[in-house]
Amino acid sequence: MYGKGILKSLGVSARHFIETYLDDIRWLGRKRYGSPEGIVHRASKKGRGIFTVQYPEEKIPVPEEFRFIPFLVYEINSNGEKFYRCTSCGICAKVCPPQCIWIVRSSDPATGRPIPDPAEFYIDADICMNCGLCAEYCPFDAIKMDHNYELASYGRAIFNKEMLGKPVAYYEGIRPVNAAKENAARAAKEAVRAARAEH
Amino acid sequence: MKTIARGNALDLAARFPGILTADARPGYSGWIVEKAHLLEFAAALRDELGYDYLSSVTGVDYLPEGKMEVVYHAYRTTGGPGLVFKVQAQRQDPVEVSSLVSIYPGAELQEREAWDLLGIKFTGHPDLRRILMWEGFAGHPLRKDWKEAYFEEDGKPLKSRWPEGKIVQAEDKNPFGDNVAYPDGFDPDKGKYEPDEALYKALRESQQDEAGLPTDRIIVNMGPQHPSTHGVFRVAVMLDGETIVSLKPVMGYLHRNHEKIGERNTFLMNMPYTDRLDYLSSMSNNFGYALAVEKLMQIAVPERADYLRVMMAEMTRIANHLMAIGALLNDLGAYFTPMLYALEERELLLDIFEAVAGSRMMCNYFRFGGVARDLPEDALEKIKDLFFERLPRQIDELDRFLTENEIVRARGIGQGVLTAEDAIRYSAAGPLLRASAIPYDVRRAEPYSIYDRFEFDVAVRSHGDIYDRFMIRLDEIRQSIRIVQQAVKGLPKGPIQSGKPQYQVRVPAGESYGRVEGPKGELGFYVISNGKPNPWRYHVRAPSFINLTAFGPMCVGQKIADVVAVLGSIDIVLGETDR
Repeated sequence: MYGKGILKSLGVSARHFIETYLDDIRWLGRKRYGSPEGIVHRASKKGRGIFTVQYPEEKIPVPEEFRFIPFLVYEINSNGEKFYRCTSCGICAKVCPPQCIWIVRSSDPATGRPIPDPAEFYIDADICMNCGLCAEYCPFDAIKMDHNYELASYGRAIFNKEMLGKPVAYYEGIRPVNAAKENAARAAKEAVRAARAEH
Repeated sequence: MKTIARGNALDLAARFPGILTADARPGYSGWIVEKAHLLEFAAALRDELGYDYLSSVTGVDYLPEGKMEVVYHAYRTTGGPGLVFKVQAQRQDPVEVSSLVSIYPGAELQEREAWDLLGIKFTGHPDLRRILMWEGFAGHPLRKDWKEAYFEEDGKPLKSRWPEGKIVQAEDKNPFGDNVAYPDGFDPDKGKYEPDEALYKALRESQQDEAGLPTDRIIVNMGPQHPSTHGVFRVAVMLDGETIVSLKPVMGYLHRNHEKIGERNTFLMNMPYTDRLDYLSSMSNNFGYALAVEKLMQIAVPERADYLRVMMAEMTRIANHLMAIGALLNDLGAYFTPMLYALEERELLLDIFEAVAGSRMMCNYFRFGGVARDLPEDALEKIKDLFFERLPRQIDELDRFLTENEIVRARGIGQGVLTAEDAIRYSAAGPLLRASAIPYDVRRAEPYSIYDRFEFDVAVRSHGDIYDRFMIRLDEIRQSIRIVQQAVKGLPKGPIQSGKPQYQVRVPAGESYGRVEGPKGELGFYVISNGKPNPWRYHVRAPSFINLTAFGPMCVGQKIADVVAVLGSIDIVLGETDR
């Protein structure tokens, strides 16, 4: 029969429409919109009705590996002073594909020798391609990829050292699994070094 | 992995005495053909030796040796390794080499590209115009002595970034933007500048005259700003009434000279750039490039990494085909309902990419000798849910939704036919080739990675029309689901990277061609290293670009309204077409 295919197609769209309301009825009493469970359910293997998420009221939680614009990790000592983990070795600047990282190495005013602390650190965020290579190859866990993707601005986004710096606690908050792994690796390395120092 | 066997059991040098010499440079393979005998050799290659499919044509500028080289990769559509042959010429402006379009029409766009970017003039080419650059562009940018605006150094990393990285912005260096050069005698402000004259002339010349009433022909431009061209792509058509008499694709609006950027980059830096080629299937792009460089470095990949690579590549294929089906249906007039149903499933695949690779589309997941990181804890569970339960069900629904729909069938069946012979002649690849009854799939024809371990069928359809090109994508999705299911079951434990991760890889001198069956067709990366940190030559055999060679012939005789449908069924992504 001519037109059977079209009717079938219309049936499929009608099913999508009806399932949405059936799901709403099944979820009566629970919060289906604006709650994390609701978002997860809509896109799960069980979800059959509506799929969309109402951004910006609802936001899909980002996974740990999600990467967006690097930041510099700093530690805070008991006096409240910031210590950047960065040693200005320049590996991130060398590996950066669009070459958007600019580092000025600082040197000791007395001897003129370079010291492991960047005097200036810039990332041209308009050029950054979010590839994550800097974070991947940094040997000191000093530069990491951020989770904050809401960065729209009217001007040119060039971030300096101050704007790039974020505390260790923030890093451990957004990437708990990776941070734990790295801390364990660093502790193991320290232990080896301590053992060697004793001998 | 098989390398291209020299001579292939056939003693080619004895068959073509005086014409052919083996390429003996260290790290190189294949044959060097005498320039004067190129056409003779190519005809014999096709007719006697059965290499009926000319996959890739590109040029290389050997500036220190004062030579230019044209490199051809030919294959048999029955499968097996390919044959590489090269023609060398003195480096001058322009270099002249005979065109192979009369023997392999699939070389048409690729030869135009080599002319545009390298200044190699192919004598006997029917329509040798610039293709990616515009007419007012001075020079040939892939030549090694050509320098781009804001040029700093021949290769990255740039010395200005560290240790004295005082930031300078490009707009401060040249605030007036007056660094544009024009070729001699070209001034857009003076005199009459008609950019499209050559294009329209070519359109008029390529029309076939037929007997009958002489009628007026009109030229219509579609694009570059048109929602159905899938990006900034332009089609110039000559019409007789509503019927298409001849058609030329016009591209380059998204050109950024990916290959020049690639030659400035180090080997590793290119990896995220490949994501931006066909941005709907970045994992496959990574795959092809990783294979090409690994071939040069001669490193093996751990088993787990191979499984992860195959899983990711197949997921990409599914995501791409869903997008292709959705976009095709949009072009047919099913405004966004099928597109959004397809996007739902694609969204879930992208969620997996995001969890594994860190980004939804610009995955940057592959590394030389493995992958960047292992699966996070819950990812495998997500993949299982999707591939064993949700996706098969949803694909069946999509099938039910569309395949029997009378409108889809009426618009698709018998329209935009590409015959099997033409598909081979025009070097069509991927679903386009297989919908025309040629069961050629690189995963089977020359298995790479671990594809020889999986059970899957090469999808093939027999009519070569729009409907078959739609159906074959559904078939391929089902086969990819099968592969991922097998890969999930067989996923071994172990390392994901051979050796230590390095940011500066050592690549021995030589050439290599890594090709994979991308979602859009054969995706090849031709890489030449001279032992330095940056590749000497980096060429992408882009399926979306080469598939467009067949676009004109497929549309001739169709109605103007079918152009968008035919284009939608080819499935192009402008990031890859224009590179």
